[in-house]
Amino acid sequence: MKYIKFLVLGILFGLVMAKAEIISWYRIYEMFNFDSFHMYGIIGSAVILGSIGVQVLKRQNIKSKYGEELHLSEKSMSIPRYLFGGIIFGLGWALVGACPGPMFVLIGYGYLPILVVLLGALLGTFIYGIVRNRLPH
Amino acid sequence: MIEILSNPWPWYVAGPMIAMVMFALLYFGESFGMSSNLRTMCSALGGGKVSDFFKFDVKNQRWNLVFVLGSIIGGFIAYRFLTPETAIVVSDATTESLTNLGFKDVGASYLPSEIFGASSMSSPFGLAILLIGGALVGFGARYAGGCTSGHAISGLSNLQLPSLIAVIGFFIGGLTMVHLLMPIIF
Repeated sequence: MKYIKFLVLGILFGLVMAKAEIISWYRIYEMFNFDSFHMYGIIGSAVILGSIGVQVLKRQNIKSKYGEELHLSEKSMSIPRYLFGGIIFGLGWALVGACPGPMFVLIGYGYLPILVVLLGALLGTFIYGIVRNRLPH
Repeated sequence: MIEILSNPWPWYVAGPMIAMVMFALLYFGESFGMSSNLRTMCSALGGGKVSDFFKFDVKNQRWNLVFVLGSIIGGFIAYRFLTPETAIVVSDATTESLTNLGFKDVGASYLPSEIFGASSMSSPFGLAILLIGGALVGFGARYAGGCTSGHAISGLSNLQLPSLIAVIGFFIGGLTMVHLLMPIIF
């Protein structure tokens, strides 16, 4: 039962990704061509609301439903890791027009070739797990 | 109501809803990040035998796999019940640059048939594009420690400088692909 809430949130997330056309390859291409405000509006408004909300949560020292500290991501500082990793991610994101969230939503949407993309993403993750000790972090 | 939901949802609805999903996950003691599911799946598939990176208790990530299942269902509901019109309106400038690349029927459906059409699965070139593109996303997300949800939404909302560096990286990579590499590939 405790997983139902995550299922519902996932469905909501999938609906937003699909209905705001975030899962469309064209919207990502358009974004990297600076031809439409749509994607910038989505990410921008989410981050503005998100950062205001997170500041409030921190100031008020609000805990999770279970009384624990919130899982706010604190990332340790590095430049090569985020820059190189980010660039590699961006190359793939623009080519297949899907980041990890939309990949799953597109499966539900019935685009079977996305399964090859997902297989590639699993392979890429796997390769990282093997070579990560040899990469600058 | 169904009619309104069936139209494309504007950015000012989608952005706040994504923020809401992020806050709901925080409230339930978790955090918003999709690419970590790829690591969990590698672990569930036995990746721990090859690398310590995949040796962890998958049970703690079960909630996120359920979230993934939900997102697949959400995509299915959107497709089956809320999308009478599968074409999307693409800006003129984008249509023009894609036409110059040799893309046809721009915006006829969510994904271009040049990359995701039936022929993509049967030609080595088509398969390679899908597989390599996916691999770059998977590798890059793990190297950078997050993807669009983990860095661009969760990380930037928490004003994390590393996330800003990662997002700048996303754009350097994306712009390079769209403006320099795609004219060579297609």
